[in-house]
Amino acid sequence: MKYEERLQNVTVLGAAGKMGSGILLLTAVEMADLSLMPENKGKIFVLNAVDVSDEALHGLMGYLRTQVRKIAEKKTVLLRKLYADRADLIENFDVIDEYIFDVMNIVRPVNALEVAYNSNIIFEAIKEDPALKVKIFSQIKENSNVNPWFFTNTSSIPIHEIDEKANLDGQVIGFHFYNPPAVQKLVELIRAENTLDEVYDFALTYAKRLRKVVVSSNDFAGFIGNGHFMRDALYGIQQAVKMADNFGGFVQGVYAFNKISQDYLIRPMGIFQLIDYVGVEVCSYIMSVMNPYLENEDLHSDILDTMVEQGVMGGQYSSGAQKDGFLKYEKGRPVAIWDVENKKYVNITDIAAQVDAKLGEMPTSIKPWKAVNFSKKKAAILETIFTEMSQMDTLGAQLAKAYNQRSNDIGNLLVDSHVANSTEDVNTVMLTGFFHAYGPINDYLK
Amino acid sequence: MIPHKKVYMYGGYNTISMGTGRKEFNPKKERPGLEHYIKEAGQGVLKQIGGAGNVDEGVIGNFMAARFNNQANLPGFLPMIDEGLSMKYGTSVEGACGSGGLSLQTGIRNVLAGTSEITLSLGVEVQNTMKAIYGADVLAGAGWFKKRKEGHAYFFPGQFSDRAGAYFEKYGKEYARKGMSRWYANAIENARLDPTAQEYHNTNPNPYETCLKMEPNGKFFVDNLNVLDCSKVSDGASGIAICSEEGLKRIGVDKSEAVEVVSFVHSVRDITKDPTDLTELEAIKYASRKALKEAGIKAQDLGTIEVHDCFSIAGILVMEALGLVEKGKGAQFVSDGNTARDGKYPTNTTGGLIGWGHPTGGTGVHQAVTIWQQLTNRAGDAQIKMVDDRPYGMTINMGGDDVTISAIIYKRGE
Repeated sequence: MKYEERLQNVTVLGAAGKMGSGILLLTAVEMADLSLMPENKGKIFVLNAVDVSDEALHGLMGYLRTQVRKIAEKKTVLLRKLYADRADLIENFDVIDEYIFDVMNIVRPVNALEVAYNSNIIFEAIKEDPALKVKIFSQIKENSNVNPWFFTNTSSIPIHEIDEKANLDGQVIGFHFYNPPAVQKLVELIRAENTLDEVYDFALTYAKRLRKVVVSSNDFAGFIGNGHFMRDALYGIQQAVKMADNFGGFVQGVYAFNKISQDYLIRPMGIFQLIDYVGVEVCSYIMSVMNPYLENEDLHSDILDTMVEQGVMGGQYSSGAQKDGFLKYEKGRPVAIWDVENKKYVNITDIAAQVDAKLGEMPTSIKPWKAVNFSKKKAAILETIFTEMSQMDTLGAQLAKAYNQRSNDIGNLLVDSHVANSTEDVNTVMLTGFFHAYGPINDYLK
Repeated sequence: MIPHKKVYMYGGYNTISMGTGRKEFNPKKERPGLEHYIKEAGQGVLKQIGGAGNVDEGVIGNFMAARFNNQANLPGFLPMIDEGLSMKYGTSVEGACGSGGLSLQTGIRNVLAGTSEITLSLGVEVQNTMKAIYGADVLAGAGWFKKRKEGHAYFFPGQFSDRAGAYFEKYGKEYARKGMSRWYANAIENARLDPTAQEYHNTNPNPYETCLKMEPNGKFFVDNLNVLDCSKVSDGASGIAICSEEGLKRIGVDKSEAVEVVSFVHSVRDITKDPTDLTELEAIKYASRKALKEAGIKAQDLGTIEVHDCFSIAGILVMEALGLVEKGKGAQFVSDGNTARDGKYPTNTTGGLIGWGHPTGGTGVHQAVTIWQQLTNRAGDAQIKMVDDRPYGMTINMGGDDVTISAIIYKRGE
């Protein structure tokens, strides 16, 4: 079956979710573009957008329309060529509107799983629950009329386990988009031992046509992205606990290590803000999925569990704004920190000065992530900052050095344990998927 | 034509040319509309001429308010400027980006016809109401609609990219792009001297290099122009009073504070016909040379010129059409600095369409305002020094791809 034939009938499961909607959008656009090729005129392309929530599907269609318009506006030059034979489409207005219709006309929003039985490709972006994924895949596999391929967006579950438990005969691959899929350039492809060559080849072609940066990870729980992030997050939490007495409490510890990871290490957000961004519950859950597969490690945090019990979940609103978690946000900026023991937020302004004094002076050359990451002189700026920092003896500089060392160790662990094929792959994932200004495996702050 | 009686212009006023580049421009926030710009420019003129009571007629040049702002019947906005214009004669004129020129030509003609001693001539466009990709559709209205389908997504950049491509082929791409980049750099340097210019806040230390290094990319835009070769999307308006001798007396202004219209030509080329030679602006050549001839002067007698550089290549082609330099040598002429503010023929001294901005229907009037400012020493930081033996200023305004052309020659009133 040729590439475009396989893409003639696709189902996205969890299509109205944060990841699913992005995957649906990209796939719908790719399918529409194929349908507009002269050789495909007259062929019908079908993309089932399956979700349990009718309300979410309702919102999904609005999201799609807005996003497809933006995409069409950016490629109108090309679209005018694709619609050159349509005498009725004269102005950009006409062409863009028609394209939006053509994309939307491929998508069938529905809450019944049965539509997937005719699909050649099943994209799965449902809850990170191994049992649920296996159950749904099994059901589709048993009932399918076409022997489909399964693309799972799992960020943590080993692919071979899904393969074996759902009897997929190697017709499955991990296709891990980063959030939000429509914007984030990175895709982690995870091939299980049994994954068929043609499935891998197709996935690679598809990812490249979507102009994604592809990193192939090996089939170990968490892969590269979460393999690094979850350990990094756990380290941050543990350090905040360990240093609580030095700083005057856990809340102060959270403030200190959020600052160390963001300001000292020049990352786009501090580690606690990143946990909130992904979701406290999601992090806790991913750790619990990964943990059974790890040897000599306990990837688990009681604090995350407690916060979930307390209903402090983090995550994002549909607008993309952050929900309160470890940190409380006003206009996107952290203003307070959750006191797990006393179940209340403590204002950052009440504790910052005292913690900052203990951390000591920042390097004089320090710059925020935004000023560094997008500078043409990024490498030189990083070199200057970290050279200065490495010569400093303040508590802040020491903790930053230790933090960076741990990040290096995690990166190397991923390579040594064959999760990643190279240090470069680890660094690409963190640079592209997490927008770090430099890779975790680095020579800074030695 | 040579006016059979004296016609003057006085009291010019420009609003800011608003759009990307201005610090105060935020595409996500609501902005002033058509009414604001008409009112500001209109009142700006009225203040200088003793109020609306002195005005006999009003004319508004505008290209596409009907689509950009869903607004027609623009004469109805004249009394909004000032009650004193209520119930008086008012009209609006349209000739695409040459609408402002038509507003001037209409004013001149009415004064000559004797129906008016003082005509308030305005030009306005508010185009940031839609994204550029849709604005391109609206602006494409300046071409023949039957050609729209085969045209580029960015229709007019596409048209002038073809002209640039023909020029590249004939005379050399590197040579041409050097001239075009110098044109851009001149525009930015001049705009920085006029607080109302869209590029007033531009701080690029080397605009010439920036433009030269930005290789045109047809995959994302057009084949032979980069974005800096193009004028931007602008909101703005300009106004000026067109007066007879009697009119000037009425407002108590000395002739020396006004500019006198020496000759004025408006020429129209068939919109349904493609240009015969892409490297020549045939209608501009006709209109500008006719205006010079009627004024009894040569292009070399001009002290300063405002030309329609909707694209850098158009600026160069106008230099050739006007007869300042022979065909194919325009890029060299510009590269050599002849059109810079310290060159022999200071051109577009407040930035022109690329630097000051191009609120399409307003541009022709803005050109006249700049000439009035320069010839009467009112140009502030942008003031150039006029030479005694070349006291003439000229404006060349173009609608569409060399279709509706207004060419006017001025000198300071005596």
